[in-house]
Amino acid sequence: MPESSLDNFSPEVKDTGTGSVECRAPPLRQFNQSLLPLHRSSHMLSSFCTEHNVQECRSHINQEVSTLGLPPVWTESAGSTDMNVVAVLNCMYDLIQLHRRNLRTVENMEIEQLKCSSNLDYLQLTSTRLKEQLEQSKRENTAILERERQLQLKMKSLQNCLKNEKEEVQRLQNIIASRASQYNHEMKRKEREFNKLKERLNQLLVDKKEKKQAIDVLNNIGRADGKRSLWKTEKTEAKHEGEMYKTLLSDYDTRQKELLLENAELNKVLQQMKKDMVTILSSRKSTLKSGKHQDDCIQADSEEDEEVFDFGKESVDQYCVHAREKLTYSIRLQWRRLKSHVERLDSQDVCSASLVQMGDIRSTDAVSRKTHEEEMERLKEEIQQCKDFIQTQQQLLHQQLSSPCDEETSSLLSDCYMLQEKERLREEWETFEEQRKIFERERRNFTEAAIRLSHERKAFEDDRAMWLKHQFLNMSPFSESKKPPMSKSKSAYVLSDTKASAASAQRRLIKCPSETTSPSSRFVPHKSKSTADLYHTLCLIPENSLTKPKRKTERVIESSIFLNGNVAVQHKNRNDSED
Amino acid sequence: MMNFSEVFKQSNQLCKVSPDGKYLATCVQYRLVVRDMSTLQILQLYTCLDQISHMEWSSDSLLILCAMYKRGIVQVWSLEQPDWHCKIDEGSIGLLSSRWSPDGRHILNTTEFHLRVTVWSLCTKAVSFIKYPKACQKGIDFSRDGCYMALAERRDCKDYISVFVCDDWHLLRHFETETQDLAGLEWSPNGCVLAVWDSCLEYKVLMYSLDGRLLSTYSAYEWSLGVKSVTWSPSSQLLAIGSYDEKVRILNHITWKKIMQFEHPATINNTKAVVYKEVERRPAVGSDDLSLHNISIGTTLFNTQSKYEICPPPVQISVTKPDADRANPKIGVAALSFSSNSRYLATKNDNMASAVWVWDMQKMTLEAVLEQSSAVRCFQWDPRRPRLALCTGNSKLYLWSPAGCVSVQVPTEGGFQVHSLTWHCSGDSLILLSKEQLCLCYMDTEQEEK
Repeated sequence: MPESSLDNFSPEVKDTGTGSVECRAPPLRQFNQSLLPLHRSSHMLSSFCTEHNVQECRSHINQEVSTLGLPPVWTESAGSTDMNVVAVLNCMYDLIQLHRRNLRTVENMEIEQLKCSSNLDYLQLTSTRLKEQLEQSKRENTAILERERQLQLKMKSLQNCLKNEKEEVQRLQNIIASRASQYNHEMKRKEREFNKLKERLNQLLVDKKEKKQAIDVLNNIGRADGKRSLWKTEKTEAKHEGEMYKTLLSDYDTRQKELLLENAELNKVLQQMKKDMVTILSSRKSTLKSGKHQDDCIQADSEEDEEVFDFGKESVDQYCVHAREKLTYSIRLQWRRLKSHVERLDSQDVCSASLVQMGDIRSTDAVSRKTHEEEMERLKEEIQQCKDFIQTQQQLLHQQLSSPCDEETSSLLSDCYMLQEKERLREEWETFEEQRKIFERERRNFTEAAIRLSHERKAFEDDRAMWLKHQFLNMSPFSESKKPPMSKSKSAYVLSDTKASAASAQRRLIKCPSETTSPSSRFVPHKSKSTADLYHTLCLIPENSLTKPKRKTERVIESSIFLNGNVAVQHKNRNDSED
Repeated sequence: MMNFSEVFKQSNQLCKVSPDGKYLATCVQYRLVVRDMSTLQILQLYTCLDQISHMEWSSDSLLILCAMYKRGIVQVWSLEQPDWHCKIDEGSIGLLSSRWSPDGRHILNTTEFHLRVTVWSLCTKAVSFIKYPKACQKGIDFSRDGCYMALAERRDCKDYISVFVCDDWHLLRHFETETQDLAGLEWSPNGCVLAVWDSCLEYKVLMYSLDGRLLSTYSAYEWSLGVKSVTWSPSSQLLAIGSYDEKVRILNHITWKKIMQFEHPATINNTKAVVYKEVERRPAVGSDDLSLHNISIGTTLFNTQSKYEICPPPVQISVTKPDADRANPKIGVAALSFSSNSRYLATKNDNMASAVWVWDMQKMTLEAVLEQSSAVRCFQWDPRRPRLALCTGNSKLYLWSPAGCVSVQVPTEGGFQVHSLTWHCSGDSLILLSKEQLCLCYMDTEQEEK
């Protein structure tokens, strides 16, 4: 029976490889066409296999299975025509698994597809929105640029205007100046004329005889002061000068007196201020000294202060420049200090709201220090208490440990402790284990999912390869088939079939088994060839026959080898060994 | 309370109290009437050669000068010797103005066209001439003590100032001033500083010492019209300058720099200042009053009662826009007056003719604004108290003091329109002048003292 099995096998193999040649057999056409729908729907598989064609079906299925990379349903080595039920069941199971996996893959793919599409939608939406935004911002930008340009233009025009106005102002000023000078000139001319006229008039009036100036007094009256008028002499002149200077001097005198008075007043005020400042600042210093934060700088300052204060007392009535300078300097110094002090007080007030109520500087300082000390005291007490507590605890513990209590109770106690500890640990362990299990499960799930995904992807790739192959087959072989007897009819077939694309691809696959019926004898010498040879020829055929879609087929074969490589190789090896 | 005397006739608003406050001289056409101030009895009556255009008491209250500018004649009368007479004839050269020298023994006559100033001595009958006097707003000023006279001169198109000793008309100083066109000069009350200001075309005020040194120059702005009026405070410590920009600037006497600037805004927002607004009310006319007799005399029917109301800020002051095309525009501060104690300054802005502004010079703030219902004609401080009297050409007298403001109807027959007023030197009475009449108003001092 190995013969027959081989017989059955070889045409099958050949058919897949060279099916393109045989499947166009006109008598088989009808059969193929009838078979096609059966193959499509699985529930009508019953009619796929009849009592007559069990052999063919078997071989066909075997081949199909082998192409899927599964172990053959039965082997010739078994030597029996009976089906290996276990193998078949295994195969079926594998097929179902495969099918399920494929389904899952498809589902996942669909989900992914959906995700991708939604993602794509979202991205598209985002991109459109962004594009809109871009457009808008571009528009805004252009608007702003336009505005800027306009403003610049405006500014330029305004600048021009300003320049013009300035020029105009300059021009007008020049005009005014020229007019003024002209006017002055005219005025002077007129005045000269006027003076000339006056002179002339004077002359005329003096010359005129009939109406002269006159004074008619009954009798001269005495001077208001009763003195007689004096002759004008150099002495009187000097006297006048002297009197003038006397009045001026007396004026300056009175002014100086006023100033002195004012000065004295101001000095008094200054002194008063100084005293007040001294009292305020000295009180502050005393508080500062008692306080902790006093540096040398302040000390030096205070020393200087003392000196200045002492000096101030002496300088009350000194009016020399030096004294004044020193006085003003000291006042300034103290004023600055007072200011800074007041500022500090302000900031202090802000810091401690509780101190705000305390009006007096001194009291605030004292109070703050007092509260501070109290706080310290309290804290120290607390620390002491804590220390005491700890000590008593330690003592008690020590007593407990070193106490001469009986061994049993102690061991029991320790046991009890141990048990408790154990219990606790076990509990922890359990929870940990649980967590681990959960984790494991999750990991498994993950790996499974990953495997499934890869499988599904493989299946998908397979499908795709298949589809591509069919596509390729559909396109390529008909144009360049080497079989002469069928060339004419085949060409006609191609012409008729090219439009049936996908459907024809399926058809061709099914043609293969039908071919085996008639030309089986023709391929007899080939039958002895091993599967390896068959594969070889199978590989060669596209090489020889095709030039154009060669790349496609190669890829298909490659992919198939890649996918089921191990199985194929194993299979081949087995065949070799069989030989 | 106030009492009013009966009404007397006068002409040309010539009515003056003697410097010692004892006599009142009035001119009626060509007659000069001298009355006793307390009794108002006529003491002397002099008849001049023509209608009197100017009358002035000598500083010792003994002589009265009456000038008749049209005829170029000055007549002098003596109160002590009614028979004594003196006549000065300026001849065909003409007379423009006449005044006493501070000693009361010399008369200074300015001839027509400002040809010269003639100084006549009543003691010696001597006559002297001062050439080249300048025709300007205020070209002659005597110092308060009567020792010196400053005279603005114009020679060779340049301004000069001559300082004379009034005693013997000795030329003490003669110096050129840094002015384009000198407009006026005024001695400080202590007689040591002479303030000189340029014409309104240029804002320039110069301070000269008695010995002719330039102490300081002050200019607030350029180009637009400048100084309109200048007044010293009685203490000689402040100089107030009113100008065409409606502002008053106060200079101090030590650095001669501006220490304050008073503006006269049309809207008063100052919350510290009191704004008195005069509100007029026509009295209800009784049917029996409407007799022909009353109308013909024109008494109370045409008189309106008025009182002051205090307006809360902001207050809008009525402003008349000056004609920009005409010369001497009615804008800017033309009237300035310090109170006798230098505490207050009263000002009037020409384009706010109905308002008088009173400034406190201690606080340097606006103290009060008196907005009258008609244009203010004249205002004058009481020479003794911080009390301001003003008139607006109607039959009322208005008085302001820090305590408040009051308007008094002049209770005379025939409606007395007060055109100007003068305080008696004691501050106890006021002389009110209408167009052709005068009336004395006595302040009740006793009540005031209470």
